[in-house]
Amino acid sequence: MGRTMELHHLTLEDLAAYLRRKEVTSREVTEHYLSRIHTHDEEIHSYVTVLHDEAIRRADEMDAALLRGEVRGPRHGVPIGLKDIFCTGGILTTCGSRILSNFVPPYDSTVYRKLADAGTVLLGKQNMDEFAMGSSTETSHFGATKNPWDRGRIPGGSSGGSAAAVAAGLCPAAVGTDTGGSIRQPASLCGAVGMKPTYGRVSRFGMIAFASSLDQAGPITKTVKDAAILLEAISGYDPKDSTSVDVGVPPYREWCGRELTGTRVGIPKEYFVGGIQPEVDREVKRAIAALERLGCEIVEVSLPHTDYALACYYIVAPAEASSNLARYDGVRYGYRSEGHSDLIGMYRQTRADGFGVEVKRRIMLGTYALSAGYYDAFYGKALRVRTLIKRDFLEAFNAVDVLVTPTSPTTAFRLGEKTEDPLTMYLSDVFTIPTNLAGLPGISLPCGRDEENLPVGVQIIGKHFREEDLIMVASALESVLGAFGVAGESGAREES
Amino acid sequence: MGFEAVIGLEVHAQLKTDSKIFCACPTAFGMRANSNTCPVCTGQPGVLPVLNRKVVDFALKAALATESTIRRESIFARKNYFYPDLPKGYQISQYELPIAEGGFIEIDTKEGRKRINLTRIHMEEDAGKLLHEAEFEQSHFSLVDFNRTAVPLLEIVSEPEIRSPEEGGAYLRMLRDILVYLDICDGNMEEGSFRCDANVSVRPRGQSTFGTKTELKNMNSFRNVEKALEYEIGRQIRVIDEGGEVIQETRLWDVAADKTVSMRTKEEAHDYRYFPDPDLVPLEIDEGWIGKIRESIPELPLAKRDRFQREYSIPAYDSEILCQSRALADFFEAAVAMHGNAKAISNLLMTEVLRELNRDRVDITETKLTPAHIAGIVKATDDGVISGKIGKEIFQIVYQTGDDPVKIIEEKGLRQVSDEAAIEKIAQKVIDDHPGEAMTYREGKKGVLGFFVGQVMKGTKGKANPALVNEILKKLLEP
Repeated sequence: MGRTMELHHLTLEDLAAYLRRKEVTSREVTEHYLSRIHTHDEEIHSYVTVLHDEAIRRADEMDAALLRGEVRGPRHGVPIGLKDIFCTGGILTTCGSRILSNFVPPYDSTVYRKLADAGTVLLGKQNMDEFAMGSSTETSHFGATKNPWDRGRIPGGSSGGSAAAVAAGLCPAAVGTDTGGSIRQPASLCGAVGMKPTYGRVSRFGMIAFASSLDQAGPITKTVKDAAILLEAISGYDPKDSTSVDVGVPPYREWCGRELTGTRVGIPKEYFVGGIQPEVDREVKRAIAALERLGCEIVEVSLPHTDYALACYYIVAPAEASSNLARYDGVRYGYRSEGHSDLIGMYRQTRADGFGVEVKRRIMLGTYALSAGYYDAFYGKALRVRTLIKRDFLEAFNAVDVLVTPTSPTTAFRLGEKTEDPLTMYLSDVFTIPTNLAGLPGISLPCGRDEENLPVGVQIIGKHFREEDLIMVASALESVLGAFGVAGESGAREES
Repeated sequence: MGFEAVIGLEVHAQLKTDSKIFCACPTAFGMRANSNTCPVCTGQPGVLPVLNRKVVDFALKAALATESTIRRESIFARKNYFYPDLPKGYQISQYELPIAEGGFIEIDTKEGRKRINLTRIHMEEDAGKLLHEAEFEQSHFSLVDFNRTAVPLLEIVSEPEIRSPEEGGAYLRMLRDILVYLDICDGNMEEGSFRCDANVSVRPRGQSTFGTKTELKNMNSFRNVEKALEYEIGRQIRVIDEGGEVIQETRLWDVAADKTVSMRTKEEAHDYRYFPDPDLVPLEIDEGWIGKIRESIPELPLAKRDRFQREYSIPAYDSEILCQSRALADFFEAAVAMHGNAKAISNLLMTEVLRELNRDRVDITETKLTPAHIAGIVKATDDGVISGKIGKEIFQIVYQTGDDPVKIIEEKGLRQVSDEAAIEKIAQKVIDDHPGEAMTYREGKKGVLGFFVGQVMKGTKGKANPALVNEILKKLLEP
């Protein structure tokens, strides 16, 4: 029994090893997590849907397969969580919205399909900002998720449910999505590892679209190696997604534990100016110093158009979203309001009742930016700025292999602290957004704590389709800084 | 003051691909409502479009057949608007960078051959169908059928260079013929696989700037397009003559009332908020792809018409009718290859054959007829074996049975009587039986000869050689 008590401290890598050695069954692990969710998630609120019976049935299948000698690789039998943005056939998929509060997809997303093929057991669907629009998981129709390290604080967002669940030991690993920082920022604020792969690395098929040219799925895990293991499972070209790219998937795990000697690390000076919480600045600089001790060459670089990234993003993302969210009209699926007398009335009332305030704000922003007469001044100009931002990165990568920056300018803020001030909330993603605009891969890993013992994250940005570089650097850094572990009942760190 | 009409036509042609433009659902018509659908074409959350390569092949065919310039990189855009038959809330179309631009179509007009330039050709998806008529008319709801959603369309837009309803009709027919020749569209306006909207304005003759235009919709036949254009041009001229101003609006053709009626004005027009679809990568077309498609382009209707006139010495009218369908034109050529009397073969095809085809609503390839049948009938007539009248009777039998005409002639004893003595004997009897008519003839009213010919033909059950009958009768009747 003592053994199962500790299961939630194990990494995905170790769990899988125990499973393969039959020291523990998938059912035991799954039941352990379900029981933890039962006990702790009422307060953390990281799940929208928990799959009690289905998960156990699935775990039994994986155990039976293992007994027959059918091992589906290094994730066999491991339970995982999924952000509620991935369509799961026959399983409620809400995207954190009232308008999809009754939506059961008739098909599977490619990410879910690949995870199932890899032998994982789905524990449930995790809470998120409505349609992934937010940085705190407070815009969810189903209520806010709390930061396991301080339950008066937000876990970050939009994949806040997934990051909080990993940090609270309510799943060993999860897959989230990142449009402007939605994997990396909550991972940073919860002391987890979160990776946004290159745009095109992971299929978007079945991932409910927020901003199609920016959205990308990726892992949220306890360790860098777990992120590599999960990334291998979900990556690869998908004929169902025209924007996925046919580039081979390297064995990412093998980049863990390598020497960094000679690696050129760029420090973009524009990311270390005003507005950063002093402890974040301090801890990230400590991580940079650690990299230097590991043999990296530290180079200051410039990304001159960084200042325009946030404005550019808040044109491009809402513009795409305004179109992507047009399908939620009450006609074919999802929520439809009653009591209307005509078609326009039905549309209006359904969308007025079905969407929350932040989603409506972005639909309005995006609709305006695409309107006749404003297109060139807003959307057209934003696309040109986006090209400049991308060029900044490509030029920097002529001189360096990776870039290192803070993930978020602050540690976790208090629930409700920024909900009334969207612009302040948007600043929370100021360091992650440029990566999405450029389509580059980025990873966040914990690098220290602030005065309140809240996690600080450091971000590593790499070249297109060079996720292995990020894994190599992050893994080496993690080996000297240590992983963050699971938050205890009180929010204090629980020794494993 | 004389007015001149300025017309531009916008055609939507449904492409004959097996599957839809962005998913693998079949495009077949007449299926149970919503049976040809999937998560992609019903716009479920999270789905993504994947372009059907065949749609691009077909678009390239249309582009090459109209001498259009093909863009090496073209872009799909989203056209945003809300309607229940549009599941995503936007239509995937092409906007700023269409696949082809700047081609032309040539038509024959009273003033001779005229070139109508094309603005653009682009690919897009069709919408679904709303059912709120017939049995649902009294209900408080509408039903949506998504079977047609995402069926591929080509939009072909002409420059405003059409100057009359007749030119409009000729342009549309030529465009339809080209697409049908390319085998990419079945060209049926009544069934909606070939649709046309028109932009119409009028201006004083000699003025170079355009007048205010109206957009006409809901014209579901070639004839209706011509009638609607005729009406609308007249209406606009009347408005101006009465001192009024034409307002920019969309008008519907009301078939029952034979007039156009206002649907919405410019102020009510949609802002479609077009932007490049981020779910689809730019479409890149290389020389190899274009070359492959170019090889598949058949001889086009106009070139074929010109060649038929030249090569077979048949009138323009004949060649136009024969070339309306590639199958009929091929049939004609095959028959002429067996028997060289092109004009006689053309006559038989244009009259007897087309009458049957139109009545049975079939294509010539769907009948029992072969080019050898037609060549055989014409040859038998030319050789004097049968008369033209008997030839038509034999055609009916061949059409019904598919039997060889020579065999029918022999079996039914239809061989023409060219035995002079036999005919003379019958002719003499006819003259003897009708002394009054014979007198009339001899008094100089030669028109009565026809009566005698008829009687002789009757006496020979139509088998007598008509030329011979004429000759013999004249000889016997002469005093």
